[in-house]
Amino acid sequence: MAVASDLVRAFAIEATEFPDLSRAYRVMTVPKIVINERVQFEGALPEPQFLAAVLEAVEAK
Amino acid sequence: MAIMTARDEQEVRKQFERMKDSVKLVVFSQSLSAAELCRQNEQLVREVADLSDKISVEVLNLAIDRERADAYGVDQVPAIVVEGARDYGIRFYGVPTGYEFSNLIDAIIVVSTGEPALSDETKSSLAALAGPVDIKVFSTPT
Repeated sequence: MAVASDLVRAFAIEATEFPDLSRAYRVMTVPKIVINERVQFEGALPEPQFLAAVLEAVEAK
Repeated sequence: MAIMTARDEQEVRKQFERMKDSVKLVVFSQSLSAAELCRQNEQLVREVADLSDKISVEVLNLAIDRERADAYGVDQVPAIVVEGARDYGIRFYGVPTGYEFSNLIDAIIVVSTGEPALSDETKSSLAALAGPVDIKVFSTPT
């Protein structure tokens, strides 16, 4: 998605090496995805649902 | 001692045959915090880069190279920026082992080709995004 749009930035974060970040984002299970600090979900989502989460995060402003 | 096994190297070398344009891996380290993890991260990145002459490595220091870090939006170490013909916004925080390792290899190939493995519907929706999107994916090595 980051390659598809200049507006998208993606961070892959190793949760155990960053306990402070993991605590701040309440990471209980992995993978956990947080989009624009607003929309979050746990587990892998199929592409259309992932896209819907991205669009929701952008529109939630 | 090498982090990657001979079998890993063979597999990754094969995957890198799909690369097109050159890729730069910009590594951020800082000896004061997480020195050992930064050392491992640098070593792993160099081992990966050795498997393709299309991959170059630049190691920066988070504290010294502040302007570069700000430009990349990097504020943690160890970090890796996967940069292709331009910076697509892909970063890794932490040593990418296990599950993250295959994501790193995939990211290198995708920025090299500039072709995301997404459906046409997804691509057209992303092309019309109304604002910036910051995606954080938390995972663990296993």
